[in-house]
Amino acid sequence: MSKGLETLISIRNLKKWFPVRRGFFQAILSGEQQYIKAVDNISFDVRKGEIFGLAGESGCGKTTTGKTILRLLEPTGGKVYFEEQDVFSFGKRELKEYRKKAQIIYQDPYESLDPRMMIYNFVAEPLLIHKIGGLEERVADALERTELTPPEEFFHRFPHELSGGQRQRVAIARAMILNPEFIVADEPVSMLDASIRSSILELMFKLRDELGISYLYITHDLATARQVCDRLAIMYLGKIMEQASIDKLLANPLHPYTQALIAAVPVPDPTAEKSRAMIKGEVPSPIDLPKGCRFNTRCPYANDRCIKEEPELVEVDKDHYVACYFPLI
Amino acid sequence: MATKSGVRISLNLARRFIGFWSEYTKSRIGVFGLIIMLSFIAVSAPAPYLTTYSIKASEGNIYEVLKAPSSKHLLGTDELGRDMLTLVVYGGRISLLVGFLATIIAGVLGTLVGSVSGYFGGWVDDLLMRINDIFLVIPGLPLMIVLSALLGRGIWNIIFVIGILSWSGTCRVIRSQVMSVKEKSFIESARAAGAGDTWILTRHILPNVLPLIVAQMVVQVGGAVLSESALSFLGLGDPTHISWGMILHYAFSCGALSSGYWWYLLPPGICVALVVLAFSFMGYSLDRIINPRIRAR
Amino acid sequence: MSLLDIQDLKTYFTTGRGTVKAVDGISLNLDEGDSLGLAGESGCGKTTTALSIMRLLPSNGQVLSGKILFKGIDLLEVEEEKFRRNYRWKQVSIIFQGAMNALNPVFRVGDQITQAIRIHEEITKDDAWSKVEELFSLVGINPKRARDYPHEFSGGMKQRAMIALALACNPAFVIADEPVTALDVIVQAQILELMRGLRQKLGLSMIMITHDLSVIADTCNKAAIMYAGRIVEQADIMTIFKHPRHPYSQGLLANYPSIKGEIKKFAPISGRPPNLISPPPGCRFHPRCPYADEVCKRERPKIVEVARGHYVACLKA
Repeated sequence: MSKGLETLISIRNLKKWFPVRRGFFQAILSGEQQYIKAVDNISFDVRKGEIFGLAGESGCGKTTTGKTILRLLEPTGGKVYFEEQDVFSFGKRELKEYRKKAQIIYQDPYESLDPRMMIYNFVAEPLLIHKIGGLEERVADALERTELTPPEEFFHRFPHELSGGQRQRVAIARAMILNPEFIVADEPVSMLDASIRSSILELMFKLRDELGISYLYITHDLATARQVCDRLAIMYLGKIMEQASIDKLLANPLHPYTQALIAAVPVPDPTAEKSRAMIKGEVPSPIDLPKGCRFNTRCPYANDRCIKEEPELVEVDKDHYVACYFPLI
Repeated sequence: MATKSGVRISLNLARRFIGFWSEYTKSRIGVFGLIIMLSFIAVSAPAPYLTTYSIKASEGNIYEVLKAPSSKHLLGTDELGRDMLTLVVYGGRISLLVGFLATIIAGVLGTLVGSVSGYFGGWVDDLLMRINDIFLVIPGLPLMIVLSALLGRGIWNIIFVIGILSWSGTCRVIRSQVMSVKEKSFIESARAAGAGDTWILTRHILPNVLPLIVAQMVVQVGGAVLSESALSFLGLGDPTHISWGMILHYAFSCGALSSGYWWYLLPPGICVALVVLAFSFMGYSLDRIINPRIRAR
Repeated sequence: MSLLDIQDLKTYFTTGRGTVKAVDGISLNLDEGDSLGLAGESGCGKTTTALSIMRLLPSNGQVLSGKILFKGIDLLEVEEEKFRRNYRWKQVSIIFQGAMNALNPVFRVGDQITQAIRIHEEITKDDAWSKVEELFSLVGINPKRARDYPHEFSGGMKQRAMIALALACNPAFVIADEPVTALDVIVQAQILELMRGLRQKLGLSMIMITHDLSVIADTCNKAAIMYAGRIVEQADIMTIFKHPRHPYSQGLLANYPSIKGEIKKFAPISGRPPNLISPPPGCRFHPRCPYADEVCKRERPKIVEVARGHYVACLKA
């Protein structure tokens, strides 16, 4: 397992805001444009050969982060350095090169494959786009690596003939065919059956070990994150609340939100503590963000300072960062 | 390997076609429509080989003017002594030809504009849709009449006019379909692989929108045939060609209705009605096949 | 006498492609106060079982044979009108899968629930409305919100509203079909806590259908595991999780991700769930089973009580 401490991708102060659509009259009368601050000033690194997890509830900005890093969405601010190059300043040609090295796997295996394309053509597409030859060999190789054997059996099939797990393997084969160094995996197993999830996660692990691919693993499921990730960052309403190695984070969560998340996850063991809802209410609307610390409306420990100023993400322990004035040490 | 994969691809395509065919034949009216359409084409296309009488105005039999159907003239004759059945068979060629060509023009135009508009959005979409609105809003037939009057009477002018005025409906439908396909992950996946807009439009969006385009166009052929008949009937058709509408035009101009020359009116009228019906049935069956596919995984 | 006793239920669907043997001879029982977790992957027949009990199968589905005894009475034999008036919603109710989308967006939430109540009970609109407000308090929604429209409710609130709807006529037993699947982690914990509380407060018996084993460990006292339309194992919660006997249960539990305890190595079950139109002969799990042999390919394993209250359907258990 090649896991160096070299940084592959550096994300600095990343911002992605979506303008809220307004009607004609609203635009004239109210003047000020409102934004959904989906990703609002986050920074982290992904190291070579590591699986970095980005976890949080729906609407926290994790998927938007992944897509913005790949420039599938244009950023509103901040920088992303891939192998020390500034991704956001890439021109058309450099961007195309970047696409060879940084890929994505989607959550929904039913929507991420073109229903009208044969599997062969779908997996070969990236090669055709970048005008790389040796199609048949490479496609067969990619399909074999993702355990769709014999590959020729799958060449002429269509997505609707395959199961969810098989489709996800096809998606992985396609993402891998250009030998990327980095893959954004957006909840890759959440729509698959339990007995299939393991095999897909095992496959991702295997590819990391064999080919040294780094992953940004986006998920809302802390239990699978634990199986897969080396380090994990917890997001809430567009900001990172806590970040550490997976063991440290789960054993010793310092942010009240992280604690609440962990306590809320049920455990497949009847003798274990039952899941608890430590906080009330639901995630507030991303348009009308709370002032100060975004979590203050639900935090059991919030006080005046939390309402006035937003806490920065600081290192409180070795490689363990928290954005909270009162980390529960 | 090439032949092996060639065989596999053909087998798969054959399988898909058989699958489509068995779905299609489940609808009895769809098959009915198909049979009618094929019959018309089978009879009209080789018209010169199937008929013995001439349709030239100068070659009519002046002794057999406006005769009711008999064993010699199965559908009777017109005011110039021409055999009605022959006229109807030849008329089918023009009516169907105009129908198909006009629809192709409308289809291509509608697809082009709809795809570009739906895919790019923004001001491009706004601009194109406003132009589309103009064509949608202006009443079709009066505009066709005006354009025909301006351009003159010629077969290509008619095809052009009908095409130009039918593209707007198709455009809207294609546009909304493109907008929904655009949101699917496999489109973003193509972009993530490095594909540009043209690539995505031609290799992903269009193939996924194609079935809808085909279903739309099939129904439109019927509409185009009807439009041609209307224009010709009103006297804007091409006098050098015979079409069902032209036959009706001549029928009226010699007072067929009031004089009771039913064999002059019914055959072309029934043909137009049957053809429109046939294409509507086919379009309906195609629609049934396409929609569940979109919904099913 | 148990509250619910399902005996050898068979429910098949007729489709264009053949007959789907969705539920192929299952037997379950539930005592008063029990919370039975019905676990299994998508397509294994859990929802079909629920719909069979509620007699809400779609037009192409049919119960072929079997009995569903509720307090000793076979629900399948009850006449349709009587079932609708006396049993459905009044004795047995269901919280549907994707319940949040079951609310009609053009009517107020309160109106939808009062309508349901008034279909089953002879009460005035005002009384029904008070009942709704009471129910809302019970499930943790501000009673004043009954006047709102569904789009004004959050996901968690909609799910609570659906629970309120299911409880509207004080049923003895509720079937919850994937009640927390689409919810965020913290909201999920809130709803599970609510359901645990309601069970205690109202003495509710429940069948909890889910593919998530951790939810079952968290909220149920008994569990039954389904595979391809059949029950492969059934026991109390401790036994199932600590001493599973069926290879499928063992396989599932062996690599079930957990946030606590030992990190389990990946040990996936090979193969995929079978096609229910033409399932494998004999034991349906045999193509994926590490212990399968010739007998397993031929004979369908019978459910055997291997210990008190512990039932397994495996020839090799």
